[in-house]
Amino acid sequence: MEIPGVTINRDLDTEDMVVNIGPQHPSTHGVLRLITTLNGEVVKDMEPVIGYLHRGKEKMAESRSYFQYQPTIDRVEYLSSFYDHYAFVASLESIAKLKVPKRVEYIRMITMELNRISSHLLWFGTFLLDLGATSPLFYAFREREEIFKLFEDLTGARMMYNYYRFGGVTQDIPAGWLDQVRKFIDKAPKMFDEYEAIVSKNPIILDRTVGHGLMTKDQCMEYGVTGPSLRACGIAQDLRKTNPYCVYDEVDFDVPIATRGDVYDRYIVRMAEMRESLRIIRQGLAQIPGGDTAQVNAAKKAIEDAKKRGETPEELNPDWLSMGQKVNLMVFKPPAGEAITMVESPRGFLGCYIISDGTPKAYRCKWRGASFSNLSALPSLMKGHLYPDLMAIFGSLDVILPEVDR
Amino acid sequence: MVPAWLTQLLQALHLSIGPELSLVLWGIILFTGIAILGQAAVIFMVLMERKVLAWLTQRKGPNRVGPWGLLQTLADGVKLLFKEDIMTTGQDKLLFTIAPAIFFLPVFVLYALIPFTDKLLAIPLPTGALFVFALSSISVVGIVLAGWASNNKYSLLGGMRSAAQAISYEIPLVLSVLAVVLYTGTMNIQEILTAQNAPFWKWFGIWLTPVSFLIFLISSIAEVNRIPFDLPEAESELVSGYNTEYTGMKFALFFLAEYAALFAMSALTVIFFFGGYYSPIGGTLCHTFGWDRAFESAVNLPGLGQLMQQFEMITWGLLKTYIFIFIAMWLRGTLPRLKPDQLMGFSWKFLIPLSLINIFMVALERQWQDTNEVVYGYLWAFVLVFGIGGFCWTMSRFFTRKLQARFQS
Repeated sequence: MEIPGVTINRDLDTEDMVVNIGPQHPSTHGVLRLITTLNGEVVKDMEPVIGYLHRGKEKMAESRSYFQYQPTIDRVEYLSSFYDHYAFVASLESIAKLKVPKRVEYIRMITMELNRISSHLLWFGTFLLDLGATSPLFYAFREREEIFKLFEDLTGARMMYNYYRFGGVTQDIPAGWLDQVRKFIDKAPKMFDEYEAIVSKNPIILDRTVGHGLMTKDQCMEYGVTGPSLRACGIAQDLRKTNPYCVYDEVDFDVPIATRGDVYDRYIVRMAEMRESLRIIRQGLAQIPGGDTAQVNAAKKAIEDAKKRGETPEELNPDWLSMGQKVNLMVFKPPAGEAITMVESPRGFLGCYIISDGTPKAYRCKWRGASFSNLSALPSLMKGHLYPDLMAIFGSLDVILPEVDR
Repeated sequence: MVPAWLTQLLQALHLSIGPELSLVLWGIILFTGIAILGQAAVIFMVLMERKVLAWLTQRKGPNRVGPWGLLQTLADGVKLLFKEDIMTTGQDKLLFTIAPAIFFLPVFVLYALIPFTDKLLAIPLPTGALFVFALSSISVVGIVLAGWASNNKYSLLGGMRSAAQAISYEIPLVLSVLAVVLYTGTMNIQEILTAQNAPFWKWFGIWLTPVSFLIFLISSIAEVNRIPFDLPEAESELVSGYNTEYTGMKFALFFLAEYAALFAMSALTVIFFFGGYYSPIGGTLCHTFGWDRAFESAVNLPGLGQLMQQFEMITWGLLKTYIFIFIAMWLRGTLPRLKPDQLMGFSWKFLIPLSLINIFMVALERQWQDTNEVVYGYLWAFVLVFGIGGFCWTMSRFFTRKLQARFQS
């Protein structure tokens, strides 16, 4: 309860105040309710109440075919829904033993990393909004908008993409899209510099974030905290590195970590992660099999010509020419079996566990969202802090409520 | 001074109300005019704030209602006027209703004490500089009452924060002006201004007490509850702070009064530190270059030159005031919010000691001028370097150390 610089006269006859923060509150990022006991402005106790956004996503999977369920996955975590799709699709692929073309995996990796940047940008804006700085939000949205434009060109949607399919993606990337991505990642570092110049050394921000909300490694283990919050404590746990999925083992990147595990470290780790994502995208763009769509189309045409000449097209038919195996989506029946895929979403481990009984519907679908575990660590982090620190600490965990409630 | 035309008018109406009452009448007439002017300034400021913030954040700002969104504020005002006046259970009806008025009135009385020109001043008080701050500290009572009467925990926290903040920042605010008062030897605002009737490098904010000016600028932003000191209504923490429960015209009163207070504080900054309504070369431009006399003789209308001078004074005063309003908006677009403990610490540990050293320095400077003994000059330089400089250096080192310690923990 003791915090440096604040002394409380215990002889005074004071009464604790129970403040019900939320479910409607500007800083709870959705509908979270925090029953907070305040002594003056010092938080004595806190109890998060969740469930206001429960839509029964897991139960929905049992009453719909896999294909019908797919559009609703976007709403599990709407800020980085490519990850949810990947976890779902990859689980099914491993049950059905579908082979995924390399080009598709590269497209998935590029889109996922772009999504990580957009998610972190939104976090950056709202986190500083919680600290009281209004402008960074608009600057973050400026760049986020450019990423959304890229996604819109690719999938037709800005936030609810529904782009991945079992064994592939819906369609190949549009012509010139890779160049647009390249253009974006060329100018993005300059924009990140701009943010860091105004935020990272700001004395008010330093004073509000450094040393606040300290999280120990043990605490992370106890609560199952993952993602940047875990890496801010000095544990280099990143699924992309430790058990690579997709094609992350073919690209070179670092896992940024910090040591103290306070609010500032979580901020620094996320900012560094955005730059690492840019690195991954840059390599992905260079390594994507088949290159740009024009080249793919030219290769396709060459195969057509070869077929006309009566040559054997098998040798000329590399796997990057297809966008995945042809699966009849409406009656897609994976064999009985179960699989779990864990991916490193911007918030931490995101898992999708599917039990298939051989019918077009899942027998059971379980989501493991990082936000839920990260949120459960909040009360222990908050004890003894001031009320305004609540916003900084809660904001730094990057909790997204639809993922908590599902 | 009651103008001759008012006395003649009263005589023509066969009203004999005596010199004191007619002075009061003239004060009321002037104050009404100034209040209308102030209201117009506030309406313009709301739009300006939105445009400036939009410009700082790469947006367009209001541009639908009227040309360049000029009528946006009026439209908002009309909307607020027609809003339902919501009262929830458990509220103290009387306090809840008068709290906005208590917040609003002192701010507008402030306008009566601000000289817009050497003639346009509703109440020329000999102790104006003191009275101004007495008034501005009353308005915080309105915030505390609003927080208490709302029956809302966020409002209560906002009200309490506001009280603590007002107490902490009134002191450096008054101490920084005390330096000016000490130097000029008067509390009469117009005499303080007359002392600054000189080229701009002789304005107090530039050559005499730049430290005072900075303290005053920081404290005045805290006094009008703006980012980075907007703790009483910290929207990300306290939803909307003390005015969470307010709707309709009661909310509009809070809203108007906040901007009016910002205008008043910026005007006071200009008056105490930046030569008020005088032009950057002292006096008025049109009088210095003889334009008013030339124009008057050309048009052959006596009194026109006077009028030109008055208008030029209003223009200079408003121009400088709006520069400081812009600075406040700029800060709002740039800085995050402080925490209550940081806010208190900054005032008590930094601003108040600094302003005490500063007052000492100004006293030495005054003594130096009066006695013309160079020993006071040496002392003055000593205090400047080791007092102000040393204190700032120590504090910044202390702050860096504190952060470093936390960085290492």
